[in-house]
Amino acid sequence: MKALRDQLDKIKPLFSKGGKFEKFHYAYDAADTFLFSPNTVTSAKGTQIKDAIDLKRMMVTVVVAMIPALLYGMWNVGQQHFMAIGETASFMEKFGLGAIVVLPIVIVAYTAGGIVEAIFAIVRKHPINEGFLVTGMLIPLVVPPTLPLWQVALATIFGVLIGKEVFGGTGMNILNVALVARAFLYFGYPTDISGDQVWVYLGGQNPVEGFSGATALAVAASAQEPVTQALTQASQAWYAGMFDFTNMFMGAIPGSIGETSTLMCLIGALILIFTGVGSWKTIVGVFVGSYLTALLMNLIGANEFMLMPAEYHLVIGGLAFGAVFMATDPVSSAHTETGKWIYGILIGVVTVIIRVLNPAYPEGIMLAILLMNVFAPLIDYNVVQANKKRRLKRATV
Amino acid sequence: MSNETAEVVKAKPAEPLLSKRRKKFVADPLVDDNPITIQVLGICSALAVTTQLRPTLVMSIAVIFVIVFANLLTSLLRNGIPSRIRIIVQLAIIATLVILVNQVLLAYVYDVAKMVGVYVGLIITNCIVMGRLEAFAMGNKPWDSVLDGFGSGLGYAWIIMVVAFFRELLGSGAIFGFKVFEAVGISNFPTNGLMTSPVGAFVILGLLIWIQRTKTGYVEEH
Repeated sequence: MKALRDQLDKIKPLFSKGGKFEKFHYAYDAADTFLFSPNTVTSAKGTQIKDAIDLKRMMVTVVVAMIPALLYGMWNVGQQHFMAIGETASFMEKFGLGAIVVLPIVIVAYTAGGIVEAIFAIVRKHPINEGFLVTGMLIPLVVPPTLPLWQVALATIFGVLIGKEVFGGTGMNILNVALVARAFLYFGYPTDISGDQVWVYLGGQNPVEGFSGATALAVAASAQEPVTQALTQASQAWYAGMFDFTNMFMGAIPGSIGETSTLMCLIGALILIFTGVGSWKTIVGVFVGSYLTALLMNLIGANEFMLMPAEYHLVIGGLAFGAVFMATDPVSSAHTETGKWIYGILIGVVTVIIRVLNPAYPEGIMLAILLMNVFAPLIDYNVVQANKKRRLKRATV
Repeated sequence: MSNETAEVVKAKPAEPLLSKRRKKFVADPLVDDNPITIQVLGICSALAVTTQLRPTLVMSIAVIFVIVFANLLTSLLRNGIPSRIRIIVQLAIIATLVILVNQVLLAYVYDVAKMVGVYVGLIITNCIVMGRLEAFAMGNKPWDSVLDGFGSGLGYAWIIMVVAFFRELLGSGAIFGFKVFEAVGISNFPTNGLMTSPVGAFVILGLLIWIQRTKTGYVEEH
């Protein structure tokens, strides 16, 4: 540690004003403050509120909250692979294979996005923001394991550039950056991120008979008999019990890398809520909104998908992941406390509406969050106005 | 002994056809006052027809033709148009020209006419054309109006041509229908579905505006 500190101090003059690499001062600064706490702290005698939270710590907390989902996702990639080719494998074999598939995606996302961030930091002469720590981790978790790496890089660059830097950088974005990247892939290269063939990593091997690779959502959307029966039938031939409610809650099902396990998302949610980084109101709002809408759909019941038990909506697809990690994004979500309820509930409502009523898009959480991101400022505005009105009425002038 | 000289009344020389002032009419809308990137007009057709270069080129020519002649005709008639019904007169002029264009397209390039379809008809309501008639041709001489219309049409045309170039290249892997990537030996170029949808045009237009405003430092007035 000491040696590293000395090394950093030794090269510091090169990057400070008048130094050889003055231009790259912010790159140096970012590396320095990332490794060591800065020595420019306010003295402890001041009257200021002392709190360890800053942007960097906040972002790292979110990354920590995502780690359960990431690790589970790695194992699940292996699990799905060996299930699909009909071989038994040990826990470590599954996890190892998953790591080999997933880690390159993570590394590519961080590298591609980091380069864009660094370029803008140097051109705009501001410190490198830590906001990207979260985006770079979110993107790998919401793509299928079979996604070509160049698409990961392209989507990340698009997300950071069009989703964030265009609007002025970290904290100025209107839409969730990771979802912009995913939407880019979804509409730009739909064959690589939708359908039945992309969710299970086969690695060039032949799948066993009865393997379809379809996600629970795809099965439910095309069900002709009651959905629970259709799900049982779909898993019967290949892996009995896969689409049971408990198993879908645990997450050993085909899907994007990090979103299959509702349990891991809830663990992440606990970390976020406990540290105060994410808003429990938004998270609960999404679940409540989607559950109630699903119940309403049950009442209408025009087709089998509408009749699907409402709680199934909460565990299939990316709803839990979106609710916990995407909807709570402090920049693009609503800021007022009442607004967070409205924002969360509307995300849930729109998600189920897109899932059930629009046959073109099997999953709705991504589009629902993006849509509500756009409406978040309007929600906030109305909440503030309503509050003003209420107080004015109370005032006796 | 007087230094008074007889005042020579010189005939004011006719302004050259392309004087500096007039060149500005053509040059201004190209970049500094571009109808699309600065005034943000005519976006509808810029999104709709730009999936491929060929219909875009036809659309560009159609708009330039309509805007130039509509400007000319309005300018010629400007002193005779009662101001209360001027919008209707302008619309009648534009509509006549658009129908002419449409008939020519149907007769000679039927496939393209089918592609640009309703958007040729919608030139009638194109804000750029209406805007130039109302803002310029109603108060200026015919030749100036022609130049102004030509400039605005050209400003519109080159932007949608650039948008169409990128959309066709990235969305269909072709330029004017010629498969460039196959020609250079990349047979499996992954075409981007976003570029064939109007979203692609939004993204490219946005990037163009970003580049332009970074270079010129233009800031919207509030």
